[in-house]
Amino acid sequence: MFATNHVEAAISAEADAPPLKSMNIVDVLSANKIYADGTEALAPVNLSIAPGEFLTLIGPSGCGKSTLLKLVANLIEPTDGRLQWWRGGFDQVGGEGRRLAFVFQDPTLMPWSRIAGNVSLPLDLAGVPRSRSGPRVAAALKRVGLEGFENRYPRQLSGGMRMRVSIARALVTDPDLLLMDEPFGALDEFTRNKLDSDLLTLWWERKLTCVFVTHSIYEAVFLSTRVVVMAARPGRVHRVMEIDEPQPRGDAFRNSARFADLCRQLSSWLADASLPSSVTAAS
Amino acid sequence: MKPLMQSERFVRFAAPLIVGAILVGGWEFACRHWQVPVFLFPKPSDIANSLMGDAPTLLAALWVTMRITFQAFFCAVVLGTLIAFVFVQSRFLEISLFPYAVLLQVTPVVAVAPLIIILVKNTQAALTVCATLVALFPMISNTTIGLRSVDQGLANLFRMNRAGRTATLLRLRIPSALPFFFAGLRISSGLALIGAVVAEFVAGTGGRGSGLAYEILQSGFQLDIPRMFAALFLIALAGVSLFLLMAWLSKLALGGWHESEVARES
Ligand SMILES: Nc1ncnc2c1ncn2[C@@H]1O[C@H](COP(=O)(O)OP(=O)(O)OP(=O)(O)O)[C@@H](O)[C@H]1O
Ligand SMILES: [Mg+2]
Repeated sequence: MFATNHVEAAISAEADAPPLKSMNIVDVLSANKIYADGTEALAPVNLSIAPGEFLTLIGPSGCGKSTLLKLVANLIEPTDGRLQWWRGGFDQVGGEGRRLAFVFQDPTLMPWSRIAGNVSLPLDLAGVPRSRSGPRVAAALKRVGLEGFENRYPRQLSGGMRMRVSIARALVTDPDLLLMDEPFGALDEFTRNKLDSDLLTLWWERKLTCVFVTHSIYEAVFLSTRVVVMAARPGRVHRVMEIDEPQPRGDAFRNSARFADLCRQLSSWLADASLPSSVTAAS
Repeated sequence: MKPLMQSERFVRFAAPLIVGAILVGGWEFACRHWQVPVFLFPKPSDIANSLMGDAPTLLAALWVTMRITFQAFFCAVVLGTLIAFVFVQSRFLEISLFPYAVLLQVTPVVAVAPLIIILVKNTQAALTVCATLVALFPMISNTTIGLRSVDQGLANLFRMNRAGRTATLLRLRIPSALPFFFAGLRISSGLALIGAVVAEFVAGTGGRGSGLAYEILQSGFQLDIPRMFAALFLIALAGVSLFLLMAWLSKLALGGWHESEVARES
């Protein structure tokens, strides 16, 4: 009984109620997405991303998680509604303190380029000279534990290593907002846990803001300060869970009773969200 | 024996050579055994003799054919790549022009060669034009497909990093197109040789500056069959050398990273 109360206390039913410490990084203002073939991938969604939070999107397959993330990355435009980045248009993204990086579901590396070339791509495209990008590439690779692999080709690395290269490439620009679409989905449990811990440390140390998509309940609970559960047909926000477990989180948290309770709660919400005729809590 | 047979490099060279030796040996033996007359089907040794005896004329003819081949191949690569770039820049241009590229491809060169030879005064130039027409299409279609087959994830990545048109072309489109481009080179180099030989046949020009096709025609008239085979042998040799050259270039460019050129890991 205690445990249940504990969980309930950590839950907020509002999708857009982050603590108003400072300016939101992204505001999704009743943005929806209907693809050219008529699929309503996303019903109008309201969501704010506050600085320093680790926000996770979870939900059944096809509920529009990737669509929402692409909207936030401005890779696609909303059919209706709009988005704000740092209270303005997308054109201010990329400036000092307003950098954005995206980690795709696949490593998405250039096979013709060595690891160093792949990681330095964002800097090269921004016109940073080699003399200044070199140390930054080395530092980014070190951060993901791949120092010494600069001159390998992507095909010479394992799947997990390629994914880490992809993360190093995202980190090399020193982003303020990091978007990740199921980055560890294809990895084994053990590697995933390791990368999750590394990512969490990185997020904490560098005061990043992360938006993370996953299918794993454990991953969501372990990493997030806030979990958004989405439902499908059309894609929408079903429920929101705030997790105020203090940092740094480690194996102690993973093995705690609280962790198990949160997972159970999230799991039952996810089951609701997967029902064909689920009703959004907010409506 | 076993480690040698398992060595990939040894097998690659030795196996085709052994097959060749068996074929040539069998051929020589069969001709001698049944005493086939030279003007019907010459022995390999007759062909070798003829090749040695007529070496100066035949090599001069080979040089002429190869020059036309290389000129045509060069034109096909440059033109084909340029046209592919144009196609990729504008969907409208591709839709309007692609049917004509296909038209070029399906029209047999033997049929258009006489017209070109009449239109172009200089015979060498006319032959080069014919051979170029034959070799052009694979370059256009392969390079176009290559420039289009860009990984969507990488395209998104470039877009997110606000890469300009030039940067995207140089860093993404061209490297993605390279494997297709080199596949085009292999096909096109062989076709340039075929085009050159076929055009020479149609032109039938004699005198100085005639190529291997003319030597074959001439040998046919004179019933000098070994010489005919010798000329044929040189054409085949040229074709194989071209192919190997292209394969080597491809390995040089893609060896480090592309699946097709990476040695199979064991
Ligand atoms: N380019 C597209 N054109 C048309 N429909 C699309 C397109 N991309 C996605 N959809 C549709 O939109 C819906 C949401 O897709 P989305 O990729 O956002 O789901 P998701 O939540 O990321 O799913 P998953 O967990 O399987 O990755 C799906 O029904 C999908 O079929
Ligand atoms: Mg997805």
